[in-house]
Amino acid sequence: MGQSITVTVNGEKKTAEVEPRLLLVHFLREKLRLTGTHIGCDTTHCGACTVLVDGTPVKSCTMLAVQADGQQVTTVEALAASGTLHPIQAAFKQEHGLQCGFCTPGMMLTSVALLQEKPDPTDDEIRWALSGNICRCTGYMNIVKAVKSAAAQMKASAAVPEAATASARS
Amino acid sequence: MAVETPLKGNIGESIKRKEDDRFIRGRGNYLDDIVLPGMLHMAIHRSPFAHARIKSINTDAAQAVPGVVAVVTGALLAQHKLAWMPTLSGDTQAVLATDKVRFQGQEVACVIATDPYVARDAAMLVEVDYEVLPAVVTPQQALQPDAPLIRDEKEGQTSNHIYHWEAGDKAKTDEAFAKADRVVKLDTFYPRCHPSPLETCGIVADVNSATGHATLYMTSQAPHAHRTLFAIVAGLPEQNIRIISPDIGGGFGNKVPIYPGYVVATAASLLIGKPVKWVEDRSENLISTGFARDFHMSGEMALRNDGRILGLRVKLLSDNGAFYADAQPTKFKAGLFHIVTGSYDVAAAHVEADGAYTNKAPGGVAYRCSFRVTEASYLIERLVESAALEMNLDPADIRLKNFIQPEQFPYMSATGFEYDSGNYPKAMQLALDKLGYKELRKEQAEKRKKGELMGIGVASFTEVVGAGPGKHYDIAGLRMFDSAELRVHPTGKAILKLGVKSQGQGHETTFAQIVTEELGIPAADIEVQEGDTDNTPYGLGTYASRSTPVGGAATAMVSRKLRDKAKKIAAHLLEASEADIEFDHGKFFVRGSPSKSKTIQDVAFAAYTNLPDGMEAGLEGVTYYDPPNMTYPFGTYLVVVDIDRGTGQVKVRRMVAVDDCGVRINPMVVEGQLHGGLTEGFGIAFMQLITFDEEGNCLGSNFTDYLLPTSWETPKFEMGETVTPSPHHPIGAKGVGESATVGSPAAFVNAVIDAVGHLGIRNIDMPVTSDKVWAALSEKGAAE
Repeated sequence: MGQSITVTVNGEKKTAEVEPRLLLVHFLREKLRLTGTHIGCDTTHCGACTVLVDGTPVKSCTMLAVQADGQQVTTVEALAASGTLHPIQAAFKQEHGLQCGFCTPGMMLTSVALLQEKPDPTDDEIRWALSGNICRCTGYMNIVKAVKSAAAQMKASAAVPEAATASARS
Repeated sequence: MAVETPLKGNIGESIKRKEDDRFIRGRGNYLDDIVLPGMLHMAIHRSPFAHARIKSINTDAAQAVPGVVAVVTGALLAQHKLAWMPTLSGDTQAVLATDKVRFQGQEVACVIATDPYVARDAAMLVEVDYEVLPAVVTPQQALQPDAPLIRDEKEGQTSNHIYHWEAGDKAKTDEAFAKADRVVKLDTFYPRCHPSPLETCGIVADVNSATGHATLYMTSQAPHAHRTLFAIVAGLPEQNIRIISPDIGGGFGNKVPIYPGYVVATAASLLIGKPVKWVEDRSENLISTGFARDFHMSGEMALRNDGRILGLRVKLLSDNGAFYADAQPTKFKAGLFHIVTGSYDVAAAHVEADGAYTNKAPGGVAYRCSFRVTEASYLIERLVESAALEMNLDPADIRLKNFIQPEQFPYMSATGFEYDSGNYPKAMQLALDKLGYKELRKEQAEKRKKGELMGIGVASFTEVVGAGPGKHYDIAGLRMFDSAELRVHPTGKAILKLGVKSQGQGHETTFAQIVTEELGIPAADIEVQEGDTDNTPYGLGTYASRSTPVGGAATAMVSRKLRDKAKKIAAHLLEASEADIEFDHGKFFVRGSPSKSKTIQDVAFAAYTNLPDGMEAGLEGVTYYDPPNMTYPFGTYLVVVDIDRGTGQVKVRRMVAVDDCGVRINPMVVEGQLHGGLTEGFGIAFMQLITFDEEGNCLGSNFTDYLLPTSWETPKFEMGETVTPSPHHPIGAKGVGESATVGSPAAFVNAVIDAVGHLGIRNIDMPVTSDKVWAALSEKGAAE
């Protein structure tokens, strides 16, 4: 039996009839064809399927689509929606924070949520925040570097308009 | 502010990776992202028992589920002679069980349905009546005379013994032991683990019933070899098979074998006439596909009193699971394990290996290593550590005393490997200096007085990678060469097609760099393609660190082939004799007058527009490269640990890794490979274990039980490099993807033993978990 849900995915309202048992990750991948969200373990360990639900990182293999009804879901596809890379994307490339790319969307989304909460995280804070996202290729060192570099970049770009305003005032 | 010159991508430049642009946008194209019109989904019903006779299979309930299109059993496959398939080690493996199940998780029936959820529902409804048989879970049990016979279907198979294999010189080794002052022994077990790439294995099989063409999208590290094997197994004409290996989410050896799921999905697509997708879940991946290691090793080392090694004797018992399906060169029953003399000048060595069937999953894949080199490296490095401990020698000193010296290369080892090049003392010295070894030894001595446990682990590994040459090394008869095809377009842009296949290694960038170095075309102008057997030249694929040594060499050679033709065209354009034309970084000029020159782009255009009389048009070529020898990357890894006597917890304080992989094409990518390999080595040493209870139930069937290192546990690595080029490789590169996984487990374990060896503890088998360390301490009365 289908159940009607409306989920705002990457800013667009999506209404669909879904089976109550349909996992959010399958809703995103199969129904909406947003295949940037990957499945690595089915048991909430690896974090490849991480998306943001109302801004919080959630492993979408362990959430039902019906539980997302009425909520905002952000996937990797939204990060460069305007055509410009999000600083976290640019930093992952710059610092060689990815190899096979399979964990990367989940890693980046968890990082984005971390940086919202802590704009200037320490290495340990980054490592702790990402400890629910497994990477088999990079050994994490360059991922940590990428998150730090994105933090610096975001801080710098946030500071620019402020400085500009200040100088205009004086 | 200085303006940075954009990097062109020559060898040695850390240009950013071309493949990243799609991955960071979530626009990779992995197997599970592929959806074809009318596609059906397959789910597998697996055995709950490790060893049981199948009395009957009832598929009625499964068939009755709405949405189910077909239920495939072994009996149905047997009608098409597909119930069994050959393995990469010349054995057979059940595709779907017909007579018995021989390991827990074995494939018994497959359900094909319109929806993946329905396929899973129905797979659970397949009813199998089993007569449970006693399970055999260790090779020692398996070789008991009264052990249940696992492979009773094989004619002439009267025991669970698979092979006996020897290398080296027994008589000479016995002589060395007779002369020795000391013999040091170590029995150690390298337990079963699993590569666990983050993406599991899968296939989308699309057989067109009208044309007979089969397009198979597969998570394949070796698409060309798989095409040939499919042609042989399924009896399909090879020209009708196209294998497309899309973006792969990590391989590490897991995606080298052909699995039953691939065969059934292909057969189902052929019989039903629609595309069929099968993607493993994680438990299926862990319990049924390509495990690694599971080697029981006994080593004996003969030494003089001054620590000089005279001989090495190794007995190896391999647990191969229910089917001997090791992915390895045909002539070598235990892979390249006989590289076990490692970095040392050992005059005499002898290896005896035996393999046994057990009621465990088959596999024996080279998990981030070149065919059992990891096990060999672990054994020799642990043995040297034991020798140092028992003879009260410094672990670094005993290695320096026994290293093959730089002037001894090329060096013929006692087991028949010709090491190409190396400078082991230099790499070790750099590592010792980076770590501050001497100061740490002082600190350790101080701590020991206070009863604190601190250890420094040393491992100086040597790998052997990059198989062929083809005359010695083949996979299922296919010689281990590799290939590259290069086409330079009229505008000077190029496309490079390879027989290897990246699973994250960055080939789209690094292989372009080889062309950049050889032809001067910027890496950004070179498209690299792999993985599609219709569009790339034949190759044996990517595993055993063979992409750079073999595929990379092919790339350099094809570039040179094109350069030779380009030179002729340049001579024509410059109205000079070919003999007077010189080439430097993308420019052809007349000797002595460098101002008069033509770029590679000018020449490429001329290759299609303005050729010398009688010359064929175009600037393209293909090279199949059969390496004259393998390459021998090496390095020294040092680990510092602190151990809590109260809990047995081991804390890795520091790790220094000095690697020599010959010439580094892209240092950023090399370092990334090493970070990843060190992390997997750390995981294997401390966490990753696939084990079984006595009934053969797999106790590592999900990521709750099979622990992988996360960002939290993983240590930070301090990297160093030396460069000793391979003399026989066109660009001097040796390959690096696996060095760190090969070399690091022994460094981690040696660090632990170094911390507790003075208490009389000689060995703790991997994974070195807190409870094992605490139990070992406790036994010596040293736990708190």
